[in-house]
Amino acid sequence: MSQEYEPKIIGFLCRWCSYMGADLAGTMRAKYVPNVIPIKVMCSGRVDPEFVLQAIKKGADGVLVAGCHPGDCHYIEGNYKTLRRMTLLSQAIKSFGIDPRRVRLEWVSAAEGDVFVKTINEFTQTIKELGPLERLSNGIVREPAAAGVAR
Amino acid sequence: MSETNGSPEIKKDEPRIGVYVCHCGTNIAGYLDVNKVAEGAGALPNVVVSRDYKYMCSSMGQELIENDIKEFGLNRVVVSACSPTLHEKTFRAACSRAGMNQYQFQMANIREHCSWVTKDYAKATEKAMRIVSAATHRVARNRALEERKVTIKPATLVIGGGIAGIEAALTIANAGKKVYLLEREPSIGGRMAYFDKTFPTLDCAACILTPKMSEAANHPNIELLAYCELEELSGYLGNFKAKIRKKARYIDEDLCVGCGNCWEVCPQWRSSEAVKKRKAGVKVFHHEATISPMGSCYIPTLQAVPKLPVIEKDTCIHFKTGKCNKCLEACTLGAVNFDQQDTYRDIEVGTIIVATGTKVFDAARVKELGWGRLPNVITSQEFEILCNASGPTGGQILMENGEPPKSVAILHCVGSRDENYNVHCSRVCCMYSLKIAHLVREKLDADVFEFYIDMRTPGKGFEEFYHRVMDEGVIMIRGRGAAVSDVPFTPEEEGKLMVEAEDTLLGMRRRVPVDMVILAVGLEPQEDAMDLGRMLGVSCGMSGFFIERHPKLAPAMTMAEGIFLAGTCQGPKDIPDSVAQAGAAAGQALALMDQGEVSVEGFFAEVAEDACSGCRTCVPLCPYRAIDFITDKNVARVNPALCQACGTCVAACPSSAITGQGYSDDQLVAELDGALLPLSDLFEEPEPVGAPGGGV
Repeated sequence: MSQEYEPKIIGFLCRWCSYMGADLAGTMRAKYVPNVIPIKVMCSGRVDPEFVLQAIKKGADGVLVAGCHPGDCHYIEGNYKTLRRMTLLSQAIKSFGIDPRRVRLEWVSAAEGDVFVKTINEFTQTIKELGPLERLSNGIVREPAAAGVAR
Repeated sequence: MSETNGSPEIKKDEPRIGVYVCHCGTNIAGYLDVNKVAEGAGALPNVVVSRDYKYMCSSMGQELIENDIKEFGLNRVVVSACSPTLHEKTFRAACSRAGMNQYQFQMANIREHCSWVTKDYAKATEKAMRIVSAATHRVARNRALEERKVTIKPATLVIGGGIAGIEAALTIANAGKKVYLLEREPSIGGRMAYFDKTFPTLDCAACILTPKMSEAANHPNIELLAYCELEELSGYLGNFKAKIRKKARYIDEDLCVGCGNCWEVCPQWRSSEAVKKRKAGVKVFHHEATISPMGSCYIPTLQAVPKLPVIEKDTCIHFKTGKCNKCLEACTLGAVNFDQQDTYRDIEVGTIIVATGTKVFDAARVKELGWGRLPNVITSQEFEILCNASGPTGGQILMENGEPPKSVAILHCVGSRDENYNVHCSRVCCMYSLKIAHLVREKLDADVFEFYIDMRTPGKGFEEFYHRVMDEGVIMIRGRGAAVSDVPFTPEEEGKLMVEAEDTLLGMRRRVPVDMVILAVGLEPQEDAMDLGRMLGVSCGMSGFFIERHPKLAPAMTMAEGIFLAGTCQGPKDIPDSVAQAGAAAGQALALMDQGEVSVEGFFAEVAEDACSGCRTCVPLCPYRAIDFITDKNVARVNPALCQACGTCVAACPSSAITGQGYSDDQLVAELDGALLPLSDLFEEPEPVGAPGGGV
């Protein structure tokens, strides 16, 4: 039986909105793909861009960062800082030769179980289409040879 | 495999981890292979013992952990079960009881995030394994932390002065604590102040509400902040700081005695138009009806508390043209003051109770029912006012032409249980429709038709009331009232309102001519519920009502510590349920305040001064101004009392000099390691066929 490529994805979820949104998806018994492993953080603003790079280095094919909607941050404005950092990060990632679509920022509120499900399914599909990152023995991570980097 | 596994020598700081995989009955075990997960976890580094158990949260499950901590010398524990929101505290307490620091416990959520959401048994098992592995790697780096003690100010802010807010305020005030009762309308009393009678006991609403209103106003421990709005809120459990805006009434509260001279002379009459016209034998305008004389200078109800009028700036002739001074001249006490301004004040409280209530559904949105277009189509709210003894008709049920109706239709579920408007059931409409039917039958010899989808009468004495109303001769038609028109098909229909519906019991279409149609409108969240939620850190659910901490076990609590919910702001409720929840919210707020201090999580950011380069990147990032820059040492310093542990500064520090205790870099990176670990060494592909419970 040929195995379909199952990407490994890390999802950083802020504890007040997105983690609760994921909990709600569970309570709703909504079904979604199992590829994203959630990691709870206090605020999306806690996500050091370095964590995203570390995740990719350590074997993730995609990284999701999810926080409260703009204006809804439990810590007043942490998510605005996340927004700025993630914008810069996607530029940086491109310069490393990695498709910026592998890193996604999404706003998911505690009431949006359905948005969480949709995000996970869509993002996993995107990563499936991009294919697994190539990991060379010298530690270099790069896009699969066939695919080009989105410009 | 770890070389430390099973090692008889225990080094002091060496992590010795116990992993516990919960079956949660079949909630987890039915959807993934818990044995396999526990077995796999046993092979993870530093894991000394790993088990699976039917109900970890049971006392037996907790004892299992406690015994293992003692027997195996565990200093780290992972429980893979439900969401930490539900049982993190339970297991932390169990670890504490066995002498372990509670912050060296970690929860792995394999229910909400895995078993309940994954279709495929094998994939769910693998995902659970990854989640457990992530938690296990992380817990090895969890450090012992101390909870912080926070003193609690023995005062409560109750937002909303309806029956729920009043009840909560009185309960707390009677226990000897200070209460600020905030109401943005000129008077407290809320929705209930407009009712004539309450179901199913048919007691007079004003007779049970007004004594409570004045008790709240006169209570030595309650400070009434009527006609005030919450502008800003900061702080946290125990130490909230609220900025209150007191809106200008243009009436000096200290001088006014509520005599009524001012509102009686206001030429900008609105509803009392109806009163005058009725006296002159003309029409009753239902949509303008109120239960008090409403001018630009007005009092919301005659039983208003505080009994102080308000001058409405937008409609007042004085503010528009400066040419009217009638109220000013009428007031013998000199209480009218057109120069009054909004004032602001800050209050400090330890707890907050949100009781902001609901708004009623706007019947104009359902165009086919004709509200606002057909004069004798009125909403239940308007009927309440019409039927109220203090209303414009003195409690008589009259059509627009001043005649009593000979037939009345009541349409259920207007704006409720309808995908076009609100999916939720508004819960009170069936019962108040029955009450309306009863009141019509009691006051008039009119035929009453009720168009309902389902009759929902689950409360105490409700079903009995339903039978009583049926016995009174009310005609029940099962089918949603689809349209109301005034276009006659036959001469008999001339001058009537036609209600169209499909009678689902008879299996035929009905067209019922009536004189008056009453729309049982549903309940919706307040328009600005989201804004308030944002200020408080309380989320709104799918329907827009505030979300409670747990729908069953914590219905009056929120995810924000120290903030509680009461009444219909949490979801549609009748009066007894609102009062009961208000009591619960008050009790929980009191329980906190009586302790004098509470523990809050031991998470905060810490600057390693020797690593700090003094770049000041972190200082402006902190939303709580918790970071000071110590100029003579050229380092930043976090004030742990102000720090809320968001970690924004931690992520930003270019020298990695700031550690987010509880969510440190090494903990989160370890979690990444665990999540991305190749599982093949410790974990065989689980059998997808013949799995217990079937899973999908």
